[in-house]
Amino acid sequence: MFNYTFQWRQALQKLPLLLDGALVTLQIALMSMAMGIALAVVLAVARNARSRWASAPATAWVEVSRNTPALFQIYMAHFGLGSFGIHLSPYLALLAGITFNNAGYLAETFRGALRAIPGTQLRAARSLGMPSIQAFRLIIMPQMFRIAFLPTTNQMVWAILMTSLGVTVGMNIDLAGVTQDINVRSFRTFEIFAIAAVIYYLIAKSVTLGARLLASRLFRY
Amino acid sequence: MIEIRDVHKSFGSLEVLKGVNLSVEKGEVVSVIGGSGSGKSTLLTCINGLEPINSGTILVDGVEVHAKTTDLNKLRRKIGIVFQQFNAFPHLTVLENVTLAPRKVLGMTKAEAEEIAVKQLTHVGLADKLSVYPGRLSGGQQQRMAIARALAMSPAYVLFDEVTSALDPQLVGEVLDTLKLLANEGMTMICVTHEMSFARDVSDRVAFFHQGVLAEIAPPDEFFTAPQHPQTREFLSNIR
Repeated sequence: MFNYTFQWRQALQKLPLLLDGALVTLQIALMSMAMGIALAVVLAVARNARSRWASAPATAWVEVSRNTPALFQIYMAHFGLGSFGIHLSPYLALLAGITFNNAGYLAETFRGALRAIPGTQLRAARSLGMPSIQAFRLIIMPQMFRIAFLPTTNQMVWAILMTSLGVTVGMNIDLAGVTQDINVRSFRTFEIFAIAAVIYYLIAKSVTLGARLLASRLFRY
Repeated sequence: MIEIRDVHKSFGSLEVLKGVNLSVEKGEVVSVIGGSGSGKSTLLTCINGLEPINSGTILVDGVEVHAKTTDLNKLRRKIGIVFQQFNAFPHLTVLENVTLAPRKVLGMTKAEAEEIAVKQLTHVGLADKLSVYPGRLSGGQQQRMAIARALAMSPAYVLFDEVTSALDPQLVGEVLDTLKLLANEGMTMICVTHEMSFARDVSDRVAFFHQGVLAEIAPPDEFFTAPQHPQTREFLSNIR
């Protein structure tokens, strides 16, 4: 029957270690989002390009990243590239895997947002003498980010949670990795994972709330 | 001077411009009228190179718009265009809408651009709306802002593409008044319009567009009292 004795005090002593791990988690998530957003803008534009040389690779990226498990993508970054002689540390493999995934999902989000902006906006900008890149940067992109803001926030939360897949490639300094390490040494499985889950929850929640605050400051129109 | 010579333009198999000829002198106001889908608006977007043409030439101050060597971005600085659908930039305030191109395209400082923008916005009666976003403006106000935005680039020519067609009837007057003001100041304007009274009162010449060509072009008195072309007569009798 049920004879597990909870030992919260012992587990809570590990809190500083877990919080250090949480910082690494947040760091990876933020970096993977920053790079993912930049790549996604390029992919979204490339997918709409008339040249197949631009649209085909972008489409392939989006298709693979959205239709295969994120776990496999991280695996490929670590072990897959390893078989070609490119050895990424668990940290870099995790970062690369999540960035690949973020970029693919966000590219579709951005592409949808671009479609929602009337073509006349670009014409108006061009007729004022703006070159196309300038018109895109000053007129189209700000409107695109507004439309795509909430889905982008979702992706950020997803990126935070995806970092936990790093344990499968030997990542041991992020929140999931640290949790797993403590678990195998202490066997306080329930307590440790419960505490880690609360930390994940709090990070994700604060990102959502932070994004809402940011939105109210950024989008006054 | 804008010279349009034998311009042909097709969208797929549909030929919308079938040999258009028109020259507009500096300081002249030309109104272009005609039925919907006759190609009037397309002509305007060809003049500033937004649309390619199939054959013929368009010269703006002697520069061929559709020549491969023409720097369109540079040319567009002196051809303002105001659209039927206002095309306000929704993420920028009224002042930012107007200062953006002078700053980013002409390289003015913020202060210089704002001085010009405030002057133009005052001119069109929007001096009290500088920090407002376009979403808060009425259609007429948005259209006047769009006019100020075009004028802030100090263009030599301004093209008006049915600028009152998307407005509520009670807002048409304020925009037409702004156009009249500009015409009286000697701005060179080509106005595609359905406002006959505007065409009669303000233009130096009125052109009738029919089936892809300019069927008739004459000073307003002549045009409205003694139209020569049978299609012009029919068109005018239908709208009266």
